[in-house]
Amino acid sequence: MIPAAFEYTRARSVADALKALGARNTKVLCGGQSLIPLLRFRLAEPKRLVGIGHLSQLKGITRTKGGVRIGAATTYRELLESKVLQSDFPLIGEVTAHIGDLQVRNVGTIGGGLAHADPAADMPAVMLALDAKFQLQSAKGKRTVAAREFFRGPFSTAMKPTELLTEIQLPALPANAGTAYADFEQLASGYALVGAAAVVARSQGSVTQATLAFTGLSDTPFLAKSAGELIGTKGDAQAITRVAEGAVEGVEANDDIHASSAYRLHLAKVAARRALTEAVERAK
Amino acid sequence: MGTLFGSGIKRREDPRLITGHATYTDDVKLPGLTYAAILRSTYAHARLKKVNVARAKKAPGVVAVYTGADVKERVNPVPCAWNVPNCDLKTPPHPLLAHEKVRYAGDGIAMVVAESREEARDALDLIDVEYEPLPAVVDPEMAAQPKAPQLHAEVPSNVAFTWNVAGGDADKAFAEAAVKVDLRIVQQRLQPTAMEPRAAVASFNPGAGQLTLWVTSQNPHIHRFLCSVMLKVPEHRIRVIAPEVGGGFGSKIPAYADEALVCFAAMDLKRPVKWTEDRSENYKATIHGRDHVEYVELCGTKDGAITGLRAKVYAGLGGYASTAAPGIPTILHGLMYSGPYTIPNVKGTVYGVYTTTTPVDAYRGAGRPEATYLLERLVNLYARKIGMDPVELRRKNLIAKDKFPYTVATGITYDSGDYQAALDKALSILDYQAFRAEQAKARKQGRYLGVGVTTYCEICGLGPSQVAGAVGFGGGLYDSAIVRVYPTGVVRAYIGGKPHGQGEETTFAQIVADEFGIPIENVEIVAGDTEATPQGWGTYGSRTTAVCGSAVKIAAQRVKEKAKKLAAHLLEANEADLEWRDGKFVVRGSPDQAKSFADLALMANVAWNMPAGTEPGLEATAFFDPSNFVFPFGAHICTVEVVVETGQVKILRYIAVDDCGPQINPMIVEGQVHGGVVQGVGEALQEIAVYDEDGQLLTGTMMDYAVPKASQMPKIETAHTVTPTPVNPLGVKGIGETGTIASPPTVVNAVLDALAPLGVVHLDKPLTPARVWAAIQNGKKGGAR
Amino acid sequence: MKQSITLTVNGTDRAVNVESRALLAYVLRDQLDLTGTHVGCDTSQCGACTVLLDGHAVKSCTLLAVQVEGRAITTIEGLSADGLHPVQQAFWEKHGLQCGFCTPGMILTAVDLLSQNPDPSEAEIRHGLEGNYCRCTGYQNIVAAIGAAAAALRSGKRAGAAA
Ligand SMILES: Cc1cc2nc3c(=O)[nH]c(=O)nc-3n(C[C@H](O)[C@H](O)[C@H](O)COP(=O)(O)OP(=O)(O)OC[C@H]3O[C@@H](n4cnc5c(N)ncnc54)[C@H](O)[C@@H]3O)c2cc1C
Ligand code: FES
Ligand code: FES
Repeated sequence: MIPAAFEYTRARSVADALKALGARNTKVLCGGQSLIPLLRFRLAEPKRLVGIGHLSQLKGITRTKGGVRIGAATTYRELLESKVLQSDFPLIGEVTAHIGDLQVRNVGTIGGGLAHADPAADMPAVMLALDAKFQLQSAKGKRTVAAREFFRGPFSTAMKPTELLTEIQLPALPANAGTAYADFEQLASGYALVGAAAVVARSQGSVTQATLAFTGLSDTPFLAKSAGELIGTKGDAQAITRVAEGAVEGVEANDDIHASSAYRLHLAKVAARRALTEAVERAK
Repeated sequence: MGTLFGSGIKRREDPRLITGHATYTDDVKLPGLTYAAILRSTYAHARLKKVNVARAKKAPGVVAVYTGADVKERVNPVPCAWNVPNCDLKTPPHPLLAHEKVRYAGDGIAMVVAESREEARDALDLIDVEYEPLPAVVDPEMAAQPKAPQLHAEVPSNVAFTWNVAGGDADKAFAEAAVKVDLRIVQQRLQPTAMEPRAAVASFNPGAGQLTLWVTSQNPHIHRFLCSVMLKVPEHRIRVIAPEVGGGFGSKIPAYADEALVCFAAMDLKRPVKWTEDRSENYKATIHGRDHVEYVELCGTKDGAITGLRAKVYAGLGGYASTAAPGIPTILHGLMYSGPYTIPNVKGTVYGVYTTTTPVDAYRGAGRPEATYLLERLVNLYARKIGMDPVELRRKNLIAKDKFPYTVATGITYDSGDYQAALDKALSILDYQAFRAEQAKARKQGRYLGVGVTTYCEICGLGPSQVAGAVGFGGGLYDSAIVRVYPTGVVRAYIGGKPHGQGEETTFAQIVADEFGIPIENVEIVAGDTEATPQGWGTYGSRTTAVCGSAVKIAAQRVKEKAKKLAAHLLEANEADLEWRDGKFVVRGSPDQAKSFADLALMANVAWNMPAGTEPGLEATAFFDPSNFVFPFGAHICTVEVVVETGQVKILRYIAVDDCGPQINPMIVEGQVHGGVVQGVGEALQEIAVYDEDGQLLTGTMMDYAVPKASQMPKIETAHTVTPTPVNPLGVKGIGETGTIASPPTVVNAVLDALAPLGVVHLDKPLTPARVWAAIQNGKKGGAR
Repeated sequence: MKQSITLTVNGTDRAVNVESRALLAYVLRDQLDLTGTHVGCDTSQCGACTVLLDGHAVKSCTLLAVQVEGRAITTIEGLSADGLHPVQQAFWEKHGLQCGFCTPGMILTAVDLLSQNPDPSEAEIRHGLEGNYCRCTGYQNIVAAIGAAAAALRSGKRAGAAA
């Protein structure tokens, strides 16, 4: 499998990359773990690629006033090794360990994965649950888009072709928050048949905040509205089951050779229940 | 026996493989090399209205473009080489490149040859094909219906053959039986997935008229033979080299159009040509396996004596009959219906059916996994129906060890066996009773455990050539070796087989080193080059050790006989007074009167003083043709827990007790069992080739075809019994396929055992969580089956 | 369009003239004659093409050569300058290979895995091989080999520290 020919430019800086992105039919190449397979199958045939994976401006994990900032070109391996994330956002490590394999995690980046917006990718659900903000930059300037506004459809986002995702901002979690991710993998690809990310905060035994997000279930990752119903409860099994059941009501689940929509919906409930239960447990 | 036979020494092929210094076909590089790429049909079934290659021909770097019309007069079609008799077999021509019709998505339409891989690939995009789509049919049972779309004008209802097997009177047995069970079983299509995709490099010397083909082949001599047929080039002008081969599992037995086209282009262009499959191309253009729809029945008495078996099988062949295809669901399947049991009455009908899909041929186990699976499923169903423990029922029907050689109803004769012993061993490793108790306890807690026990025997070590001829196999099934001793006492054995992972470079060296009492370092096994090796029939059907290994043994013995004659001559002693001790011929009673193997090697090769009438040199050739097949056997047990909530199956233990006779290298035997079992567990739990109704392969990449991963597979506990076969001088049976044959029913029966309380009676492989969950939902509604 | 790039391959700087679209696996195989790097799939799954990039295991079929310009690549041929690396040795001892096609990738992945986790459990080894397929061995002896290599590397380190 050989890609169609293209020109390649190695960006010297973010500004340089943004300039290059101005040209028609140009795509950025970060780790390449999603784009290169597409190129090999000639499912994408861009004229130009701009390499950004090496730009240190786009890398790194740092604490900020309001939380943590992650450079878009930070690799999964770097996420896993980050002490900051281990202490502030253990959910990131938990989900990252499920993504791809050792080799893919050595090269693939959080930003590349999010920009790619594969409906079966794991990280998007986590971004929704954590209410992450994405910084987008173009030659004209910067803007911030909430993860919850970012994913528009399969492989489609709020980004313009001339924009670069530069950083992911994670707002700090309440001190008494617990998080968890539960998923079921497609046997061949390892992508999520269904994944559920949960964030729960408790105060004196009662749930004060609850978010639940799904991936793999339908065209885009989404937040479950029913999660709010957990607030005020003790986060007991019954309440969780109610939320999990409600979460998928009316959802049109994907149906393919790997799982029927009925099975996906069922798994979504199980994943939601497991993630919420775990998150409640951890919210102490 | 010598000192190396039976020892698990490290493999001699490994140093090159672990350092990256092995040469696989795609590693071969020649001066002036060009690269080929093949345009494949995107439709499953269509008339070709136009194939316009004008733009591609003008593309940068393109050397040539060939279409079906260009080559059809100059080459012969791909032959089918197993013409099973008495079944009205129809094998319509399979052109190297389609010219009128395409019959599966992946059928070759044109080949581009260019200066680089990239340019060849780019030019494919410039070929315009106009198709007139025709309806597809992918299911073999549906394809055999009168109104189904027809692939070949000369094959009504797509039925390529109707093969019958019968022994005893099955209809009568069923009419009289107290108990009957039946199942409709789908044995899903599988994608073999040798990790190395197929490749071919051809080079032609126009001065000498000599063609050399490097090819991913399990059987270079068969490739030479069939390429000669396709290319109309005499066999002695073709040298086939199968260099390192990265797995085959049957998929590198057949002759394919692709390698013939590469040869054709090399001859036409007088430049070397290389072609290498991509994985997604491999999934479309390399053979698939299994693909049966079966209606099967078993009958017996109320107390568990099996009296009859009937089967009606629709076996998918794909778009054309591949090299060995007709023999797989017939000779290697139907003849094995009674497995390890005494079943007096057997009757089977197998329809070989063309469908608009990738051709189906031998895939690890080839016919025997399907036979074992349907039988073991029926046996369990029968046990369930009469309320007998399935192990008890098996015991009752196993052929007793004092009955061998034993002729089964289908007419074949099993060589040797002690089936009960293998079963006992497996049961004791598990502690069957303890597991049953644990299972009962778990059920009370709402946990679903299950156990599957399989007793099996299989047919391999193919096989007597006379039988090959009688069943229409287009070749012999003997094998061969030349054992050649060099002047310095080192030895090479040139073999007809072509190991590609099975380790015969080690095990055969063990045989030779033992025979001559020399260090194994002084022995080398040479395989895979038709120019160096004697006529052989390849590595498949778990035949290489049993058949080719025996040839090695016999050739080595012949060498030793000659060496002995020379020793007697040089020592001026009687041959009868010589004994072989510590690698020397010693005159009995005079230990200093001796000739070592090295002395004799030198003396024979310089020939200064040979006995009268004895030729110089020290080498021998042997062709070994066994008197029968061999029938390895064993018992496999699997225990599982099914997570009812999600349908996930967790294998708790997998126990494999196999009997392949004496083991030359137990480490290698164990490795074969591990690999075989995992391939079968993959079949049981996750592998399936899926086509949509238009004939598009939906599992066309590794993203969708679930090749087993390390984290998905169990640890396997192995053990053995040892029952030698009388049919070869080593006493050995095959072990390459037993794991794949025994494991699918073992796992499936374990899962069905676990789900029995939920009303689930039947499930088709693979038992993906999605399927298991759906069956449980169905069972809850009382709608099982 | 071709461009000239430099890669450090097995410790030696190599200048190669490559097309932008050239995948690292093919540059290694076709241009640098390092055919121990294999290609077993086209969807970045099988891991036969695994090499070390600055010491980390990566799939060379899923990297453009131009993307890794200036970086250090270790292929199976360069894993051990003299003798066998402990991981190679363990694959040999434990019969961790049959046809050998997956083996270079397995070994290089194992090297990275053990550098991250010097004492992995069986489950961790199996999880670490998620991106490496083997159709021959059933993985059991590969897992055993990596376990044995881990032990050898640990005792080697201890011996080294003691010396
Ligand atoms: C074998 C395999 C298994 C995988 N399994 C999983 C899995 O289980 N779960 C999962 O979630 N994912 C999985 N992935 C996908 C993986 O997460 C992504 O491939 C990877 O994270 C993408 O990052 P990248 O840097 O390699 O992106 P690239 O491939 O470089 O880019 C991907 C896309 O995003 C664009 N892009 C990249 N960076 C930016 C940016 N900063 N701004 C704007 N656009 C950008 C590119 O133009 C391209 O369209 C798997 C991938 C492979 C190869
Ligand atoms: S060839 Fe690179 S992952 Fe398969
Ligand atoms: S040894 Fe053959 S694929 Fe692993």
